[in-house]
Amino acid sequence: MSGGGIRPATSFTSAARETLKNRTLRANLGFATRTICAKRERVVDEIEDWQATRSAGAALKDHALANLEENLLLLEKQVEAAGGTVHWAATAQEAVEIVAKIARSHRISEVVKVKSITSDEIELNDSLKKQGIEAIETDLAELICQLADDSPSHILVPAIHKNREEIRQLFATKLGVEIESSEPHRLAEVARLHLREKFLTAKMAVSGANFAVASTGSIGIVESEGNGRMCLTLPDILVTIMGIEKVLPEWSDVATLMRLLPRSSTAERMNPYTSVWTGVTPGDGPQEFHLILLDNGRTNVLDDPVGRQTLRCIRCSACLNVCPVYQRVGGHAYGSVYPGPIGAILTPQLLAMADENANTLPFASSMCGACYEACPVKINIPEVLAYLRGKTHKQPVELAAFQVAYWVMSDSRRFSAALRGKRIGASVASMFGLVKGWTDSREMPEVPAESFRDWWRKRDR
Amino acid sequence: MTAKERILSRIRTAAVPREDYFRTETPVQPASIDLFCERVADYRAIVHRVSQDEVSATLNRICEGRRCLVAADFEFVIEGAIADAGFTHAELVDFETTITSCAVGIAESGTIVLDAGQGQGRRAITLIPDHHVCIIRADQVVSSLEEGLERVMVTRPLTFISGPSATSDIELVRVEGVHGPRKLEVLVVKA
Repeated sequence: MSGGGIRPATSFTSAARETLKNRTLRANLGFATRTICAKRERVVDEIEDWQATRSAGAALKDHALANLEENLLLLEKQVEAAGGTVHWAATAQEAVEIVAKIARSHRISEVVKVKSITSDEIELNDSLKKQGIEAIETDLAELICQLADDSPSHILVPAIHKNREEIRQLFATKLGVEIESSEPHRLAEVARLHLREKFLTAKMAVSGANFAVASTGSIGIVESEGNGRMCLTLPDILVTIMGIEKVLPEWSDVATLMRLLPRSSTAERMNPYTSVWTGVTPGDGPQEFHLILLDNGRTNVLDDPVGRQTLRCIRCSACLNVCPVYQRVGGHAYGSVYPGPIGAILTPQLLAMADENANTLPFASSMCGACYEACPVKINIPEVLAYLRGKTHKQPVELAAFQVAYWVMSDSRRFSAALRGKRIGASVASMFGLVKGWTDSREMPEVPAESFRDWWRKRDR
Repeated sequence: MTAKERILSRIRTAAVPREDYFRTETPVQPASIDLFCERVADYRAIVHRVSQDEVSATLNRICEGRRCLVAADFEFVIEGAIADAGFTHAELVDFETTITSCAVGIAESGTIVLDAGQGQGRRAITLIPDHHVCIIRADQVVSSLEEGLERVMVTRPLTFISGPSATSDIELVRVEGVHGPRKLEVLVVKA
């Protein structure tokens, strides 16, 4: 099920219960997240004022979103002026249909893909397959996931849940090559040879986008392996699917983004390759370029004054690495291509808070706030989590309990009386199993013999 | 309603309040060539610091015994190097090394940027051969990303290169060289 969409199949709690049983996953994830966090700190410390850089990133993205309509219209105009074609897709289905139509019009049955979480969001690979078009992932980790029929578990390193031996066996079975060693450089070499043939013969590539510049009509892709460059340079036709929130107003704005993104993502000063192109250039690269501007729920998010900051996200994955919940349950528990803290707020909002399973995601947090600290564009994830919890459907029992609590706590006499009665209350509550969910993993606090209020009244003055 | 109209009308409904936004001017600072070289080398690229007189000899030495490609308008003469005559992608596979110039170098991040200008050629020639040698003059090195972005022709195809191709996808072990050139050499020519 590579490229799994955004609708979780179960609640977060049930999914997490399963993934927590996987020891390889937990060990690999623990190691990976600790390593990336340590490296990140070194390159972040080099920046004279990281907090000011974060604020600049947040302000830039807010500014871009506040002028989204004019930015998108200018981008469209500039891309078309440079020889590209712009398509608009309100839904995932519309986007997939546009890609399929382009492929069909050129009688293409195989496309190469640059790693793109947006294409995973719209389940492009599976949908194209149903129409007889094979999409080949070219990022090493995405290739591993695709061959294993598995879904990505991390935004940056999607196959981090697999170890080298599993990957060696996978390549041996699926690619039919005998590999004498499971050393990562040997496995990477196998992928290189396997994909080189594809790159040299592919007629069409599909990519996502890390940013677009409205004033120039330029699109940028940030990557490490060079598979992106291959896909963006060698085929005749290039189709880029971009979420509408990725557009920046000016070319100079890219500097702010590029100072934040690689440091927060791979913990490097700069990623090995960033490609930028504007429409079509005669004699260099694809001679047919299509840009698909995708909404698929993003305007739902934009419409909410608290939730809208989610659209600042630059998909770096720093919040995943620092999250104590993500570190333990892994990406699959979130049931969406957007895992971790950002997924817990993005997924339910993209689904307009109407998906029962996705609505359990805002509860997948200890509210420790590490994600907010790590976020390069200062998305206040805990604030949005708490806000979204308030928007989810409440159990009738829970609602009634909170109404009673409100009635009791809004009056000091009622509250005092309640405190005196708490001993009885606490035992009744535990007898009926009302606090079981809480006490499963925690001690029920000891009820003191005397309340603070009683002690205060009686103390010597 | 078309998809475009639907999306734009939803954006209008959201009515995100506009606030004043100011771009801060980044002061132009003298670039440190030492820092640039150090940061390029940090990515495990090979850095040579040479004088103008040493360029040809160094290039000839690097290319000796290798099938070598240069852009059609490359300014230095290298014995045996073949100028790009619009080879097909399959033909480019037969080249071992490509030598180009670049548009700008950014000290802050140890990045070289190619913008298809003089001596750089089309993107495929620095992508398919496994070894890329890039020449940069000291006066092409700037201090910050902002200054770097100003110096390139944005509407031409751009490639920002920070070290050789790499992946950490398997158990987070860094492997240099997946699809792009596995070996990157940068020649910094003293002013």
